[in-house]
Amino acid sequence: MNPMSKIVRTITKFTYGIIIIFGLYIIVHGHLTPGGGFQGGAVTASAFALLLISYGNLTTDKFLKKDLFSFLESCGLTLFITLAFLGLGLTFFYNFLANSGGWFGNISAVGINPGDLNTGGVVPLMNIAVGLEVLSGLGLIVLVMAAAMEFTKKKENL
Amino acid sequence: MKTKKIIFGIAFLLFFSFILVSALQMRPFGEPVFSEMDDYFIAHAQQETGTNNVVTSIVFDYRGFDTLGEATVLFTAICAIIALFREVTR
Repeated sequence: MNPMSKIVRTITKFTYGIIIIFGLYIIVHGHLTPGGGFQGGAVTASAFALLLISYGNLTTDKFLKKDLFSFLESCGLTLFITLAFLGLGLTFFYNFLANSGGWFGNISAVGINPGDLNTGGVVPLMNIAVGLEVLSGLGLIVLVMAAAMEFTKKKENL
Repeated sequence: MKTKKIIFGIAFLLFFSFILVSALQMRPFGEPVFSEMDDYFIAHAQQETGTNNVVTSIVFDYRGFDTLGEATVLFTAICAIIALFREVTR
């Protein structure tokens, strides 16, 4: 893919970090505000798509690696299943960390309250796991499809 | 040809009247027939899971198995796409 015009590239340089931070914010605050792992992962993957479209394939190859994404995606799903199995003392998917006082174990106030990040038990951890999987998975799809576009163009020119 | 059109017209009218009748008989918004489950979640989700966002507590805690299926479906789809483009990414 050819890089787009200088205006698009400059705006991308300013905005992609903000988009990634916003996506990570949605993932981490999934148990307090609307959103969660799937939504935040999709927002973060949209930043990768923006980078890929505006800069073309070659320059983004340096830090958007296929193998890294593949690894992170597997890590996300494995973490999710592991967290589900850790609650197996009572049931599958038992929230063993909630209200325990430890990690993410603060007792949440009942009713309308501004929210405490250190609550929710395994819910925030699962949000992070699913978010990791979704952002790397969708990023991987975008990367692979861009590479396929380059591949077919090369093949047609031969 | 003409009988086919007539049959299709009658079937369409029947289907449309079904939809119209069911739309006219629809319950008003926010008044479900059975609301025990919803009331339980609204009353107890914040104490039991400690999350302010009740939707997330249902998706990741009460119905975590459903989310596991969703994540697996996404994983399988991505595996299929990579397998489809194996010529490219080799």
